Amino acid sequence: MNVEILARIQFAFTIGFHYIYPPLSIGLGLMLVILEGLYLKTGDRIYEMAVRFWIRIFALIFGIGVATGIIMEFEFGTNWATYSKYVGDIFGSALAAEGIFAFALESGFLGILIFGWNRVGPRVHFFSTIMVFFGSLFSAVWIVVANSWQQTPAGFHIVGEGMNARAEIVDFWAMVFNPSSVDRLLHVWIGSILAGAFLVLSVNAWYILHKKHLEIAKPTFRIALTVAAVFSLLQLFIGHRSADGVARYQPAKLAAMEGHYDSSAKADMFLFGFVDNKNQKTSGVSIPGGLSFLVHGDFKAPITGLDAFKPEDRPSQVNSVFQFYHLMVILGLGMIGLSLLGCWLWWKKKLFEYRWLLWVYALSVLLPQLANQAGWFTAEMGRQPWVVYGLLRTSDALSKVVTANQIVFSLILFTLVYVVLFALFLFLLNRKIQHGPVDHGTKEDIESGARRDNPLLEHEHQEPIAAE
Amino acid sequence: MQTFLGLDYNLWWYLVFGAVISGYAILDGFDLGAGSLHLFLKKEESRRIAMNAIGPIWDGNEVWLVIGGGALFAGFPVAYAAIFSAFYVPFMVFLVGLIFRAVSIEFRSKEPMLWWRKAWDIVYCFASIVISLSLGLMLGNVVEGLPLDANHEFSGNWLSFFNPFAILVSITTLALFMMHGAIFLMMKTENRLFVKLYVLANDFIIFFVVSFVVTTVYTLLYLPHLSDFIRSRPGYFIIPLLMILSIANIPRQVKKGKYRYAFISSAVTIALLLIMVALEVFPYLLYSPKQPVNSITVYNAASSEKTMHILLIMALVGTPLVGIYTSFVFWTFKGKVKLDEMSY
Ligand code: HDD
Ligand code: HEM
Ligand code: HEM
Repeated sequence: MNVEILARIQFAFTIGFHYIYPPLSIGLGLMLVILEGLYLKTGDRIYEMAVRFWIRIFALIFGIGVATGIIMEFEFGTNWATYSKYVGDIFGSALAAEGIFAFALESGFLGILIFGWNRVGPRVHFFSTIMVFFGSLFSAVWIVVANSWQQTPAGFHIVGEGMNARAEIVDFWAMVFNPSSVDRLLHVWIGSILAGAFLVLSVNAWYILHKKHLEIAKPTFRIALTVAAVFSLLQLFIGHRSADGVARYQPAKLAAMEGHYDSSAKADMFLFGFVDNKNQKTSGVSIPGGLSFLVHGDFKAPITGLDAFKPEDRPSQVNSVFQFYHLMVILGLGMIGLSLLGCWLWWKKKLFEYRWLLWVYALSVLLPQLANQAGWFTAEMGRQPWVVYGLLRTSDALSKVVTANQIVFSLILFTLVYVVLFALFLFLLNRKIQHGPVDHGTKEDIESGARRDNPLLEHEHQEPIAAE
Repeated sequence: MQTFLGLDYNLWWYLVFGAVISGYAILDGFDLGAGSLHLFLKKEESRRIAMNAIGPIWDGNEVWLVIGGGALFAGFPVAYAAIFSAFYVPFMVFLVGLIFRAVSIEFRSKEPMLWWRKAWDIVYCFASIVISLSLGLMLGNVVEGLPLDANHEFSGNWLSFFNPFAILVSITTLALFMMHGAIFLMMKTENRLFVKLYVLANDFIIFFVVSFVVTTVYTLLYLPHLSDFIRSRPGYFIIPLLMILSIANIPRQVKKGKYRYAFISSAVTIALLLIMVALEVFPYLLYSPKQPVNSITVYNAASSEKTMHILLIMALVGTPLVGIYTSFVFWTFKGKVKLDEMSY
């Protein structure tokens, strides 16, 4: 395999792995803020136990998010040196801003969030929780802005030629608010909130199924359900706006998303289907003219198809783009359906009566995760063959000095490391969930039979710290 | 060229970048040092206390690396591209080390089994050592310079990174961090663990001084051009002089029982060492000894003036903010470590 393909696989793999965790942190951050706010307001122990439980899970997720994020920051330089030089002027300022304004905020207050429960007052702790949540929201801002600039460049001019060409900022705010930034940022945020809400939903559904911690699980479930319902509906609107933006600024991507080849024809909207890129045919179940209607409000309006682009200017994996896009949309509709169904049953006072439905909820944590990954794969594969849309080709963006062997070496290394990490993550997450939202050393804790996190605790309170 | 207070933007950003990297070395330096000496602590409780001493802050410290990476990318993209693609292999090893350090702190406390904890102790300690050594190795190579082609890209072989000078710098870095970390832990511990750390700290001071002297002598003998700058400008002799004083002050304060001052001294030592490095290599970010014209400097690697301007504004706004909440967090966790139910 050539260097380009390897480098692309490596980037997709490492960022895809990173992207399991940040959305969970962002979404859980919101849940923590809500739960802790309720605790402060009502003084109810139930919320306190819920917050403390979710903080422990948050810490685990956050740790892996950080560890995998650092890899990403340097991968631009290691694998995509030419690209780094090309976009450094623009992109670098976004990454620097992210470090200064987001990560430092988040990581700083994280210490208080996790370890500060007994050290600072409840209000200061709540403040730290909010700061961590803001920090994680900001972490998404700059990186998504940078990526959006790659999709729809604005506010720059090109200086130099050939290998030494690069984009320089002309107008900072035009760069930041490039045509796709806002829609995509909102879309990413909401996708993240859904990831957190569905995690909480799942875990509590599982408790309810197993008749554990019911007094905590039920109210928390309802809160998560509300968040899921609100944001999955919102996501539909924001997603639509994103699609509108793609239609305007990246017509080749839009055509790939629906497998539309013929520029003189109306475009259908598929529910599902298959794209045969060789014969330029797309088959499946569709609403005829649906895409034309969504874009132009007219079922017969023609839409730019892939045939308007030279073969070397089109995404080559049309079918994948199509499938990822449709997977995301179907999952989005599924989340809307699931959460509205829950709300309706709640209103009918039958929310916890159907075991099969609780099982569906218990598994629903996978839906936003898959949708998030599918969304990024759509956006990124649909952008090909460009790294910077219309300006720099992916094949020109590589590090000239890095050899295929080096990438294979690092790819194997990361695969091994990430497989181990992921297995440990699932193992520990499972243990924490099994242990549940109970305080250490309480009667419940001992009765729950789960082993304690810190077996040495009791002794330490009695004996002075003597060691060595 | 635009200037601000008499210095041009490129210089300003070079100073900002240097400050961030020094901040990283000082802050994560004690985490890494504490990690590297972890296996010298034998009892479960001691290890827990040592880990909890850095527990709430190591993540914030690591952010300095992230900011540093961003600062280099933003201000000197050509250098960012060249350095990280050249150091591909050692850098990947460094990154894997960072991953393992992060997760071993996180994972260790999650299960009570002794074998589990012992296994993570070993991972944690080795990861910290690997990180320190690879950082030093890359620093050594940057100081010596790398062969670069006309596009400012690396044109050598990565096996050449393992040369005597770089290896010496690498070991010195490890020794420096271990000393720094041991002093930090002394401030956070009591009783017998403290006594143990006192002994260790003195050993590491010796380890550091010996490796520092060997590296310096080697440099003067085999890489004399590295001291050209200072030799030609005697006024700057103040820097190595201060450095020697500051190093000498470390054991002095330890003997007097003033651990905080000892810690400050070792922090100052780290900063002065980096300042020395900067003076030796300036104005190069990456020097190409065989074809000096291909070298990467603070000027030919820089972003546009406009970007520099934006970056400096960001730094002006951001630095006080980061300062405020970092101090707040450090203040919250000041004093000796006390374990409680949220501890690792
Ligand atoms: C700021 C930049 C940035 C951000 C935030 C992301 N990406 Fe990206 N992505 C790139 C910058 C980039 C890139 C460096 O520009 C790549 C490398 C090669 C390429 O064509 O674009 C890329 C490629 C790339 C590919 C390979 C596409 C292909 O080669 O066909 C995938 C699947 C993803 N990314 C997935 C993601 C996911 C799951 C992300 C969610 C976090 C994500 N990207 C965020
Ligand atoms: C290629 C792109 C990316 C790079 C270079 C990158 C870089 C990083 C780095 C260096 C960290 C660790 C920060 C620390 O030490 O605290 C991190 C963590 C994080 N990143 Fe990314 N990141 C990328 C993509 C994204 C995206 C698309 C999001 C959007 C949601 C995101 C959100 C976060 C969050 C919330 C964290 C905090 C850790 C966590 O919550 O799990 N990142 N990232
Ligand atoms: C329900 C209808 C949805 C529509 C119409 C929709 C539409 C889109 C479109 C058009 C893009 C590509 C944007 C671009 O390339 O610039 C996109 C990307 C994305 N989608 Fe969706 N989406 C929907 C639901 C969801 C859901 C439910 C999630 C996650 C929970 C999600 C997560 C993402 C992510 C993470 C991206 C990549 C980031 C981006 O490009 O904005 N989407 N979506």
